[in-house]
Amino acid sequence: MKLKLHVWRQKNAASAGRMVRYEAEADEHMSFLEMLDVLNESLITKGEDPVAFDHDCREGICGACGFMINGVAHGPMPGTTVCQLHMRHFKDGDELYLEPWRAAAFPVIKDLIVDRGAFDRIIAAGGYVSASTGSAQDANAILVPKKDADRAMDSAQCIGCGACVAACPNASAALFLSAKVSHLGLLPQGQPERNERAIKMVAAANHELFGGCTNIGECEAVCPKNIRLEFIARRNWDFLKASCTFREEKAAAGAG
Amino acid sequence: MKLDPSSNSRENGKFESPGVYCNLMSTASSALAGKTSSRIGFWESTVGKKAVMAVTGAILFLFVVAHMIGNLQVYLGQEKLDNYAHLLKSIKSLLWGERVTLLLSVILHITAATQLGLRNRRARPRAYVKWASAGSTYASRTMYWSGPILLAFIIYHILHFTTGQALGPQFREGEVYHNMIVGFSFVPASIAYIIAMLMLGMHLCHGVWSMFQSMGVSHPRYTPLLRKFAVAAAAALVIGNISIPVSVMLGILK
Repeated sequence: MKLKLHVWRQKNAASAGRMVRYEAEADEHMSFLEMLDVLNESLITKGEDPVAFDHDCREGICGACGFMINGVAHGPMPGTTVCQLHMRHFKDGDELYLEPWRAAAFPVIKDLIVDRGAFDRIIAAGGYVSASTGSAQDANAILVPKKDADRAMDSAQCIGCGACVAACPNASAALFLSAKVSHLGLLPQGQPERNERAIKMVAAANHELFGGCTNIGECEAVCPKNIRLEFIARRNWDFLKASCTFREEKAAAGAG
Repeated sequence: MKLDPSSNSRENGKFESPGVYCNLMSTASSALAGKTSSRIGFWESTVGKKAVMAVTGAILFLFVVAHMIGNLQVYLGQEKLDNYAHLLKSIKSLLWGERVTLLLSVILHITAATQLGLRNRRARPRAYVKWASAGSTYASRTMYWSGPILLAFIIYHILHFTTGQALGPQFREGEVYHNMIVGFSFVPASIAYIIAMLMLGMHLCHGVWSMFQSMGVSHPRYTPLLRKFAVAAAAALVIGNISIPVSVMLGILK
């Protein structure tokens, strides 16, 4: 099949970018990224700069890939990363617009690659649990109800690809945050830091210039891991509770 | 990579060079280059502002429901409606308590919305060449349009039926029935009311369930019902309120 591509080309973070038109050939069995690989080979042969895009596992589990296809993050298939999107979902002669995630918090590095370091810093702010070191505990010493484990797993599926931010008209990271807050907050091991975590991660997202959530649901619709809007409510609850019950640390408390 | 959360850099309220977190950071115009705090005040946070919008929105929603029920007494005749209006105005503490509550709610709702809206615009400095909705309602995406239109309407509505300037010399203090008939006999005014009520309906289609989400209440069993309730409540309010100018224009009420 033949495709007309309009691809965002931007040399580096400092330069201004623009849409460039390419004609591409594809086979229906190719993944979207393989289609771009073929385009890039032809560009390299012609001595042109290949289209830069982020990718790693190409199995839909690492979170490296992702860009906008015709205005939808990761393209038209629900619950699918762009590396797992196959060309059979497109028709011969389709015109496709490829753009990087656009958010103040995700500066473009080159072409379709953005810097998602903001997500790393949010994780660093609160995405951890304290664990005792020393001898290994017995398995299942801490009981976790199956329903909680299931929900924690649902939110732990987040791969941090950034599609939620890209799809949100406010460039809000609420779905990402909610997945991280919930995945630890639903488990007994995550309870000691639960309140602190919500405040720290919301604070970190605020510093990273992400927008606020307006509960419209674009993020949920494009999330390749089907993280649900319900988790955003959970994050809100944790944050509101933490804000209302916050106590200053006593300077002279304890021996530690 | 140094992602240890207990590193001293964060406790100092200062991040080290962002480069230590991610090797791509060297190219980023990091928001963390400056001073950051690991805490955030309730009002500073987007979540806190939305909670304020949810609570004030709930107050305004309840008022709108009560207001419509009061207004529908127009169908019971002039005496009933005017007596009801007189009753409301005779209890001064209630009247002014309500007015102050509503005014504060409106101010907080709009302040939070404006601040969040400005933040949201800054969060995406460059628009997409092409953007398509994958899963949101038209009403939810246009809250920043329906909201300001409602504000303009509220100002007009107060000048029209509460203080009377927009109704002119025909305005009679306390004679609600008379004012309604005269007001809605002027077709452009009726059309403005109908448009405003459609905006109210759109605003509430999203707002009435969204306020629960903002307050942290969501459940796979109840949230879908809540979303249906929001649409039903919005529809009831639109139909109930619009019926009055339509009835006046059709001559059913005179």
